[in-house]
Amino acid sequence: MPKHTFILNGKSTTVDVDDDVRLLWVIRDIVGLTGPKYGCGINVCKACTSHLNGKAFNPCSVRVADISETDEVTTIEGLADTADGDLHPMQQAWLEYDVAQCGYCQPGQIMAAVATVRKARAEGHEVSDADLDEIRNVCRCGTYSRIREAIKAGAKDM
Amino acid sequence: MTLTPSTPDTSGDVSGRPDQPRQGSGVSRRGFLGYVIGASTLVVAVDLGSMAPAFGAVPSPPQIAEGYDLEDAQTDAARPTAQLITITVNKDGTASFALPRMEVGQGITTSTAMIIAEELDLPVEKVHVTLAPARPELMLNQLTGGSNTTVSTYTPIRVAAAIAKGALLEAAAIELGSAVALLKSKNGVVTAPDGSSATYGDLAEKAASPTTRTVDVQLKGRDSFAVIGTSHNRVDARDIVTGQKKFAMDLQVPDAMPTMVCRAPTLNGTPKRLRNEAAVLAMPGVTDVALIATGIAVRARTFGQCIDAIRAMDVDWNPGTVEGESDDTILAKVRKAELPLAVPKVPVLAKTVEADFTFMFRSSAALEPYCAVADVRADHATVWAGLKVPIVAQMDIAQAVGLPKEKVTVNVVTGGGSFGHKLFPDHAVEAARASKAIGKPVRLMWHRADEPRQGRVHPMCTSRIRATYLAGQVLSFEQRHTSVATDFSHGFGEMITALGGRLPGGLGNQTYAEVIFNLTQELPYNFGAVTQVINETERRFNTGSMRNIYSPDVRVANELVIDQLARAMGKDPLAFRLAFLKDERVKAVLRKAAEVGDWGKTMAPGTSQGISLHKEYKGATACVVEIDCRPETVNRKVRDGVTGPRVTRATVAVDAGLVINPNGLKAQMMGGFSDGMALTLTSSVHLRDGHFLEASWDNYFYTRQWNVPHDFEAVIVDSGSDQPGGAGEAGVAASAAAVACAFARATGKVPTRFPINHDDPLAFEVKSFVPPVPASPTDGLSHTY
Repeated sequence: MPKHTFILNGKSTTVDVDDDVRLLWVIRDIVGLTGPKYGCGINVCKACTSHLNGKAFNPCSVRVADISETDEVTTIEGLADTADGDLHPMQQAWLEYDVAQCGYCQPGQIMAAVATVRKARAEGHEVSDADLDEIRNVCRCGTYSRIREAIKAGAKDM
Repeated sequence: MTLTPSTPDTSGDVSGRPDQPRQGSGVSRRGFLGYVIGASTLVVAVDLGSMAPAFGAVPSPPQIAEGYDLEDAQTDAARPTAQLITITVNKDGTASFALPRMEVGQGITTSTAMIIAEELDLPVEKVHVTLAPARPELMLNQLTGGSNTTVSTYTPIRVAAAIAKGALLEAAAIELGSAVALLKSKNGVVTAPDGSSATYGDLAEKAASPTTRTVDVQLKGRDSFAVIGTSHNRVDARDIVTGQKKFAMDLQVPDAMPTMVCRAPTLNGTPKRLRNEAAVLAMPGVTDVALIATGIAVRARTFGQCIDAIRAMDVDWNPGTVEGESDDTILAKVRKAELPLAVPKVPVLAKTVEADFTFMFRSSAALEPYCAVADVRADHATVWAGLKVPIVAQMDIAQAVGLPKEKVTVNVVTGGGSFGHKLFPDHAVEAARASKAIGKPVRLMWHRADEPRQGRVHPMCTSRIRATYLAGQVLSFEQRHTSVATDFSHGFGEMITALGGRLPGGLGNQTYAEVIFNLTQELPYNFGAVTQVINETERRFNTGSMRNIYSPDVRVANELVIDQLARAMGKDPLAFRLAFLKDERVKAVLRKAAEVGDWGKTMAPGTSQGISLHKEYKGATACVVEIDCRPETVNRKVRDGVTGPRVTRATVAVDAGLVINPNGLKAQMMGGFSDGMALTLTSSVHLRDGHFLEASWDNYFYTRQWNVPHDFEAVIVDSGSDQPGGAGEAGVAASAAAVACAFARATGKVPTRFPINHDDPLAFEVKSFVPPVPASPTDGLSHTY
């Protein structure tokens, strides 16, 4: 079986698996990190949202063979290490606004939130309601309003 | 059963008695009996069945739900059984409690920890609430549904905690050389007047009893609460935001490898045979393939390889249960089952408002798809799953794999949402079947596509209403609700059977559906002769009690007609409702929602406010929304999503009786609103030619960020009640109805089919039925941001 190497949450990680297996299953079923969730497998629910070299992406739709050994994959488990302090400011905001209900989508929501704030800043503005309207992550508990509040608050500390 | 004093609320109806012990128990009004259990550390217990609030016999109000509702039926159902629940005080000073309910996001582990912390004088963080496995001895008292958890467990859990504190104080009195009456307990520490102190950890073993003994306790009064009624963040919040919270799919059970099922192209179709077994077994990662009742199970190293295997399968199928049927043919069958409206005698000059609404099938699937871990051996089985009725699951699993019930262990795992979906053990039974057929442990997951297509749905139904009015009065209001049958086989049915003749008004002779309908539906207005009747037909679908069961549809129909009556009688929707509402608690939430939501403000053409309310779960909810139906809003484009009218502002006011955790209650109103809005505007499944078309979140349009109001507010109204009401479902019906009323006012057209976009051209390309699951894309790297 082919070997694949990439950087997962700061650590070089090698797996022995067929090229076609999507990164989500490599992370969950082989490496055993379960923060990124399965909700659709076709890149529409966004529950598996993680970061690839600092940008939001959905590992359910990326073949492991398409990732190289210098690619840095960050899952929710590794987010805190990308910032100062015990937690990332966005995780802290999520606690402050008590956003989660069942919690299933929230790792993906937080990863999407961080990327959305960064993207807005790269475009030269602070995150706005129009930006938040574009977040595609499904929350079946319907926590959308608190997600919006938390992103605006978390952005201030990013 | 005797009539008992009502709570000191203003409604005057027969509702929950505060802290009332079982009659004849011989203890005072606030006093309760429980046990200190013989153990090496302090363990206390109460009888959950005897402790639930009792509700008196029902006078003859116009409607049953007004005096005796589903909450009462659920709590009464458990009463005769001997059901000990225990709290343990550990040597490290923490307290542990295994809650015989399921956490699915509604916040009951948090609120339960708060209730224990309150009575035990321990920080919430030191109370560990886990979910109890299936406990057959609890009989009918291990069902999470009907927003009943806190209603039924509030008092027994407090009593247990109070007994524990009493035992700790007794031990401390000896330890500190003082008297119980002189001791103070706070934050897990007991302090004597001389300043000496002992922690609960120090006292846990000393307070233990070598034998089980009966004790009686007094509970705190509401005025001395320090934890209950203050906002507390979820106890699992940190685990959630760091990705550590575990769901069934995340459990690491040895050898329980990913397993999925290839399902039939039509609803409930069953497998005949797999034609290419050898080829499938030779695929990368695949370890096993087996034919089971619901399809072809495949076990592999990763779920991705299960998906690939399912897509490669060549299977012969037996037909499903609704071959050839579509929305229209099923609706025709529902129409045939409709009962006639029979207007009572009203003066000839009376005018009539008539309406006829249709509500389409909707999927109750959560974001976490059905998932269960099963390890079935020759002599025993162990299952882990999100299950709201684990006792029924245990029975069903035992039957499915041919083991005695005692040989099946059912562990309850926190769920990634439920909305009624996890009332059924479909996933647990299927996992057990797969494990047995394969002969190995499995971690079975449904593909997302399986959920809307083969999973539980809210049934299609119609609601017809005829109301008459004359001289400023509504003389009659009749409603005939006709529905594809709702499956109550998960346990409500059993519960109702158990209650039998003890239900008021001869309900014992009705069908389960009639009982549930009558116990939940109440038109809270003085509208003269009111009748609300349900009839059901069609039992070929996989249905269930989706969040709030009948109420969202019934109340949308009601409130749209009420707006028509108000208009016909020349009254403002708010003023009209206030004039006809019976109950002060309902009026109070309505006034609050109107005040906070700025009811009556001037709105631009094409936009409008809507107002609505609902009374259920020992409380009341009201909602005011603003909706924008202007073309530039309605016609917004979002890739793989639907837009349509946008609610731009929403206010929900709720009276849920005694509130344990205001933050949690507001969260439930937010979620309830998201659901209610989706039911009215965007979310349904389409039945065509024997199957549902929707296969994922780009087909099934639950509320998304581009649909939500930028301004949402939930407000709590305190009616001073000593009894908690239900929260989890309380926000849905009023929200669905307010959005419908706002849409009707903004467009000048009363919608009659819900969701309002159901008859639009399909907003998606239908995914394949053979294979039944879509391939995972490979272009993820071109969609980064």
